[in-house]
Amino acid sequence: MVPEKMEFFIDANRCIGCKACFQACSECDTHKGVSMIHLETIDRERSVQTVPVVCMHCEDPTCAQVCPADAIKRTPDGVVQTARKSRCIACSNCVLACPFGVPKMESGRGASVSGFNLMMKCDMCYDRTSVGKKPMCATVCPSGALFYGTREQMQKERPRSRPINEFRFGQQTVKTKVNVLVPRDSALEQLKVTDALGSQPDILLLGMYQEEEP
Amino acid sequence: MTRERWNAGMLALTATLLLAFAIAAGSRDFHNFDAALIGYTFSTLFATFGVAYRYAMWLQRPPTAMYWRRGWTVFFRPGHLLANCRVWLHRVLGEFAANEFIFRRSKRRWLTHMLLMWGCILASAVTFPLVFGWIHFATDADRLDFYRVHVFGIPTFAFPTESLFGFLLFHALVWASFLVIAGCLMALRRRLRDAGAQALQQFAEDWAPLILLFAISVTGLMLTASYTWMKGYGYEFLALLHAVTVIATLIWLPFGKFFHIFQRPAQLGVNFYHEVGGKETQQPCLRCDRPFASQMHVKDLMTVEKQLGFHYELDEQRHYQQVCPACRRALLGLSQGEAWKGISRDV
Repeated sequence: MVPEKMEFFIDANRCIGCKACFQACSECDTHKGVSMIHLETIDRERSVQTVPVVCMHCEDPTCAQVCPADAIKRTPDGVVQTARKSRCIACSNCVLACPFGVPKMESGRGASVSGFNLMMKCDMCYDRTSVGKKPMCATVCPSGALFYGTREQMQKERPRSRPINEFRFGQQTVKTKVNVLVPRDSALEQLKVTDALGSQPDILLLGMYQEEEP
Repeated sequence: MTRERWNAGMLALTATLLLAFAIAAGSRDFHNFDAALIGYTFSTLFATFGVAYRYAMWLQRPPTAMYWRRGWTVFFRPGHLLANCRVWLHRVLGEFAANEFIFRRSKRRWLTHMLLMWGCILASAVTFPLVFGWIHFATDADRLDFYRVHVFGIPTFAFPTESLFGFLLFHALVWASFLVIAGCLMALRRRLRDAGAQALQQFAEDWAPLILLFAISVTGLMLTASYTWMKGYGYEFLALLHAVTVIATLIWLPFGKFFHIFQRPAQLGVNFYHEVGGKETQQPCLRCDRPFASQMHVKDLMTVEKQLGFHYELDEQRHYQQVCPACRRALLGLSQGEAWKGISRDV
């Protein structure tokens, strides 16, 4: 069981795109050799901004609900596990339905076509977290974008931040086990993800700061 | 009782009655039925009810129902049927008979699964027809050193009792148990040594099936050893012990990992769905405008999500399902960035 006091906090604004998390992730025993974390670019042509995306471990996971094979299970400690190998029928429903874009239809190590016929996703390094260790990504993240620890530790280290775990996608509210950090003084109760559909990257490459929409 | 449960109950009852009728008819009104195997028959009938019930309940879940309906529709779609039949045969041989997809994941796991799967298939192909009285052997009236195989009471070919063919045939369950035991040991090795498997495994889901298969095989071999080399020592007890292991496995069929045997063929329908979808209109992403999935898949998911009580609609026209997974990840970062705009950060 993952200890209740241990929590995952994400501050994507701290991400420096070093890919340490991406490399470390593949060391995890539950998905050996295959990295489950996404290091997403916001607008590759104009910005160096990156976002590390791990599974947010929803309280009512859409991926599990839309799975026709009932292959995705949530453990009593709130971790949404990767698809059960014997059940997953590689339909990609979870890949397309996850509001955070997390599950991967794994094509295999170096394979160009979908060979595994298996959905794989971040399971918060369950082999490690279930015995009290940190997930691989949070262990190696040099900038603190991925932080795993107690709420007290986080508050001590990030006095201006506040964790929230409620997200809004259109009309849908999603509650998660993993937290995202927002300003302590802001009135935000939930992060309205789809409101950012028209947003521009926070960091633009040199010479692009003055660009405005015509 | 909900409508789903009633439907599933009726379907399960029908399947069970059909099997009971097939047993009666196939054994020629129980003339060829071995009464000593009655326990096996009843547990098979129970397993049939359980498997059919769970299958029917499973098929009624919104995402499964959608794939079930769409899978058949795209399979029989005019212009695709011939190609689909060819692909179906190719997939049955490659993905199911040869377990190619497991081979691509891990060669050791492939060998484990092949041993277990083919051992179980061989054992089932021998056991069920014999238990149901669909096949029986009788001494040939003309040649007393020949056995004749009767299928559904109809005499077919005969073979010499003391022949290599006879030896191989009468020991088919022995060969099956060799395969299953080897597979069980390989699976056991993984479960004892693999840290990833150990973190995720559960007794009922992962250990119970292995223990049951191992117990069936070992007690079956003990029976052979008893009558071959030990003059039937402890045979009655061993026969009872073996029956207990088989019956426990049959009863466990609908509940645990064994259910994937019945669930897994759905993958064939999914393949057709994706192939036909790939040739049709693709859904462009609302944010980056790149196509990322078939429009049919996206629309079907929107329907399924609505049936499940999710509301990812953005407005009257747009739905979050029309945003590609990569842009969804980017949106998470962007929305967090928006929250911090104009505010000084922790250092």
